[in-house]
Amino acid sequence: MNRRLRGLLHKEFLQVLRDPSSIAIAFLMPAFLLLLFGYGVSMDASNVPLGLVVEQPSAEAESFVGVFQQSRYFAPRRFPDRASAQQALGAGQVDGVVVLSGDFAARLQGAGGAPIQLIVNGVNANSARLLQGYVEGAWRNWLERELDARARPLGQPVMLQSRIWYNPGLRSRNYLVPGLVAINMTLVGALLTALVMAREWERGTLEAMLVTPVSMREVLIGKVLPYFVLGMGGMALSVAMALWLFEVPLRGSFWVLTACSALFLLVALGMGLLISVTARNQFVAGMVAIIATFLPAFLLSGMLFDINSMPTVVQWVTHLVAARYFVAILQTLFLAGDVWGVILPNALALLLMALLFLGLARRRMHKRLE
Amino acid sequence: MWQRIRALVVKEFLSLFKDKKSRFVTIVPPLIQLLVFGYAASFDLNQVPYAIYDRDQGQAGRALAAAFSGSPNFDLRHIVQHQDEIAPLVDNGEVLLVLQLEPRFSEKLAAGQPAEVQVLVDGRNSNTAQIAVNYAATVIREFNERWIAEHGLAPPPAHLVSRAWFNPNLESRWFFIPGLVGLLTLVVTMVVTSLSVAREREQGTFDQLLVTPLRPFEILIGKATPGFVVGMIEGSVVILLAQYWFGVPLVGGLGVLYLGLVLFLLAAIGIGLAISSLAVTLQQALLGGFLFMVPAVILSGFATPIANMPRAVQLLTLVDPLRYFLVVVRGVFLEGAPLSILVHELWPLALIAGFTLSAAAWLFRHRMY
Repeated sequence: MNRRLRGLLHKEFLQVLRDPSSIAIAFLMPAFLLLLFGYGVSMDASNVPLGLVVEQPSAEAESFVGVFQQSRYFAPRRFPDRASAQQALGAGQVDGVVVLSGDFAARLQGAGGAPIQLIVNGVNANSARLLQGYVEGAWRNWLERELDARARPLGQPVMLQSRIWYNPGLRSRNYLVPGLVAINMTLVGALLTALVMAREWERGTLEAMLVTPVSMREVLIGKVLPYFVLGMGGMALSVAMALWLFEVPLRGSFWVLTACSALFLLVALGMGLLISVTARNQFVAGMVAIIATFLPAFLLSGMLFDINSMPTVVQWVTHLVAARYFVAILQTLFLAGDVWGVILPNALALLLMALLFLGLARRRMHKRLE
Repeated sequence: MWQRIRALVVKEFLSLFKDKKSRFVTIVPPLIQLLVFGYAASFDLNQVPYAIYDRDQGQAGRALAAAFSGSPNFDLRHIVQHQDEIAPLVDNGEVLLVLQLEPRFSEKLAAGQPAEVQVLVDGRNSNTAQIAVNYAATVIREFNERWIAEHGLAPPPAHLVSRAWFNPNLESRWFFIPGLVGLLTLVVTMVVTSLSVAREREQGTFDQLLVTPLRPFEILIGKATPGFVVGMIEGSVVILLAQYWFGVPLVGGLGVLYLGLVLFLLAAIGIGLAISSLAVTLQQALLGGFLFMVPAVILSGFATPIANMPRAVQLLTLVDPLRYFLVVVRGVFLEGAPLSILVHELWPLALIAGFTLSAAAWLFRHRMY
């Protein structure tokens, strides 16, 4: 390393270390956001308020209703009649209503069987569907017990037995936290660098740099390296929180995780630099950084929504979101292990994006004033 | 007074739209985002890639396999011949789900014994996994009903009849697209307002503004107007597209919806301006904008229900304006909720707006470097 570059790096490190906001972005922000999200974001419903209406009390109806009272998924509430339960459903006091009609016990003995009516509030379709699934599970359990007691055949020729790999307890935190780490690092990387060059353009300090013998490549290295070190520190903090605070298992190897994080951080920093070199104006750079990072990483990275179920055109768009590759790598590394079939293609994509962004940023930095 | 405010409003619009780049980033990305996110934000799965391992090879097993390959929700990618093939398929994410029929499947079915289908699911995304299992359970339930009818067996003594209010086909897009009205207007107003005062502070022009005869609340109106106008236009475009492009039913009245939108925008603008006037540099303002916006979105109930959050975090969501607006916009779109129900969401919005706007106006004068 030549002396010029060393001097430049020294200056940039000092600049970063003496600017409290970069330290805050790299360490405080990830810690704060991960803490908030890790505890706040969960898909696991428990104590779902469910209305129960038994129009005509009977031993059978009570045994069915009893299933809900034992389950930790439901917080059942009894209603005297259908109308009051439906009113509570409309007002959002319960998420669903189970109605056992007056002839429930009688029709259980009949040929057609007795209907159990379930009405769910469909506004949140996903929660509604999960609720339907839970009620169906409760119904199946009850049926098995009931028929076992009466020594009758189950009336269900094919039985489904499901086994969930990697996350048998279906803990949503196990996949959300790795995804949140990726969002976090997207924000950190872009925020650290998005305003840097734009600010130097605006304040004219870059002009001072242009008259020195340093090359643009050296300026770029000088800008990226200190933020890279900071960003890796933030990443280490996030991973430590994921492992020890949120108890997400890490089944892959630590070194693969480090290498992939380094690649991703280069992409994020490169994108931030490209934004700030192109905008040359802090206001615009800030707006682009807000728009181009958070929402795409949140909605298009596959951390929340299944990419394969999106329309083809939108799937193409997701290929432009670096977080997409990182989320795939992180979810696999944390939950499944070193699966090279997933890691290699995604890491390759990250490498290409890093080269693209840094290369573009380099090309757009001229040693000229306009 | 009105003349002074008008002059300031004109100046604010000019400084936002005069620059080509800044004009571009205020108008174009939100529209693109709406179209992309509108299609992306859905928990519904289509074409779940699956593999089948039929260890039975009998008549009934083939009938069940046909039920899956005939379902529009499933897409057969692989036929497994040997146990060892399963793990790599799932590991590499080539299939989400593997169906495994036990060796004596057809025989057991014919004998009236319960025959077992094992479903292996990739649980890396446990929500997707759960949905896929539910889809599989539906296919199997329908297969069972057909089988019972064809073979004259006794049906189970009780069966479940499900119905969903407000969203009969349980399309999760109907849930997310109204949510985007809140999300995108929040982002665009935060972008416009949170940087506006800080920019002038950094350039020193804010001091000039303070020595003009403009009173703080007049500056407030001037600074708030561009964000408000941009937010209203953006919100209206999203509402129109939600209804006519994405086909989400708008059951309730526009009056309540717009009342909610106005209050929500005022709250967002108040927060943006307060952040902006607290910040000394643009970088701090940007950081502050992010530190508000990201939690505000994630904890709003946009994607994950507030009811699932721990108690302490639920209390925190009470100061999040997006939380209230999402209830309003979804209530009006899907349930046709009237003002009498939504008023419980509207007054906290008004409270947040009043508080943050006055805080911003106060900070204009009292925050010096």
